[in-house]
Amino acid sequence: MQQIINFVIRNKTFLLFLLLFSIAFALTIQSHSYHRSKFINSANFLTGGVYGTMNSVDQYFDLKTTNDILSEENRLLREQLFNTAGIEDSTYIDSSYSKGLYRVTIAELYKNSYSLSHNILTLNKGKNDSIKQDFGVMTSNGIIGIIDNTSNNYSTVLSILNVKSQINAKIKTTNHIGSLTWDGKSPVYVQLEDVSQFAPVKVGDTIETGGESSIFPKGIGIGTITSFETDISGDTYTIQVKLFNDMTNIGTVYILENLDRTEIQSLENKSNE
Amino acid sequence: MNSIAGINLTRFILLLLVQVVICNHIDFLGYINPYIYIIFIFLFPIREERLALLIVSFLLGLLVDLFSDSGGVHAAAAVSLAYIRPILLKSSFGMLYEHHSIKFSTTDIGSLITYISLGTVIHHLVLFSLEIFNISNILITLKKTLFSSIFTTLLSVLIIILFSRNRK
Repeated sequence: MQQIINFVIRNKTFLLFLLLFSIAFALTIQSHSYHRSKFINSANFLTGGVYGTMNSVDQYFDLKTTNDILSEENRLLREQLFNTAGIEDSTYIDSSYSKGLYRVTIAELYKNSYSLSHNILTLNKGKNDSIKQDFGVMTSNGIIGIIDNTSNNYSTVLSILNVKSQINAKIKTTNHIGSLTWDGKSPVYVQLEDVSQFAPVKVGDTIETGGESSIFPKGIGIGTITSFETDISGDTYTIQVKLFNDMTNIGTVYILENLDRTEIQSLENKSNE
Repeated sequence: MNSIAGINLTRFILLLLVQVVICNHIDFLGYINPYIYIIFIFLFPIREERLALLIVSFLLGLLVDLFSDSGGVHAAAAVSLAYIRPILLKSSFGMLYEHHSIKFSTTDIGSLITYISLGTVIHHLVLFSLEIFNISNILITLKKTLFSSIFTTLLSVLIIILFSRNRK
């Protein structure tokens, strides 16, 4: 017994180091598995407050660009409004008419991140604005990611620039689907994997959301094809996609809630049983 | 004694804020960020208990993690740096360390640079290996370590020289 106590006292620094390091290591491992970073995330009072102050100062510096983006978006919306008679796509995103498939919430991006391999963003809307896990996040240009954790006033977003992220996407002209992943290399390019070899892939074609996952509606733009190659197995294409969004410069975002999501999910669960 | 604690507490808070508000968002060339909060670990009083340094470093790392949503990578790297610090001090300052008479504000600049660059490389290597966490991406890990280390070392040395009084 005496020897054990002596051992502990002699090696107390090393033992403490080992303890702290393993705690940190465990937190790291936890954060690398999807939807698990419950404790260490920036959706809380302290970090949200600091990022909020920072954002309010930051906003003044790009008011002009924000204005340009808004007026461009206004122009697009007006164009769509005038042409509504011609649109027959039932999943057209709007909550102001029809019975509304998607509820749209506007949020400010408090923390952007794109240089890590597991990028997580922070938004200033949370449970109090009925934001929940697995809502989609997009800007006027295209998709950003999926809500990961929420606190009362803040939420974190699993960015599409995260090696864990997997989003259903398809080629615009055909209906060939694939899953959108990121290899962690450049914030400008993402990869569309598992596209059938029968798909007519052309450089310059548009990639959009596939609407299979019930998180995003069908047909939100993602990017354009810059190059493609056949997979090692030879059955599928891996496509390099250049994003429409400049992920390094995001201000205001839209959070999408699919109002039919629970219905779709319960139906799918029933079929799986 | 009290003033030393005060100085360290101020340094802790200031470095943490500068890190999360400014340095985490530099993204020079897309991915190079300096991690200057480790200056706190470099300048922690030498006579203090090593256990205290370990615990404080862990806290500092954890707070940086909290702000950057990175799990525990900064905490792990900061604790490693704090644990390995005596060896670094001994190898870069030699006899001065044996006699407990290092004053960071008056030491020879060569030894200071050696001390800081060695520490930075070790910290960043742990940081990026854990952050990327993939053996097949070892080249990216090394590339990030190299460039960020250069950036951090440069900034740290500049900050230490600028803010230390009575350097000749």
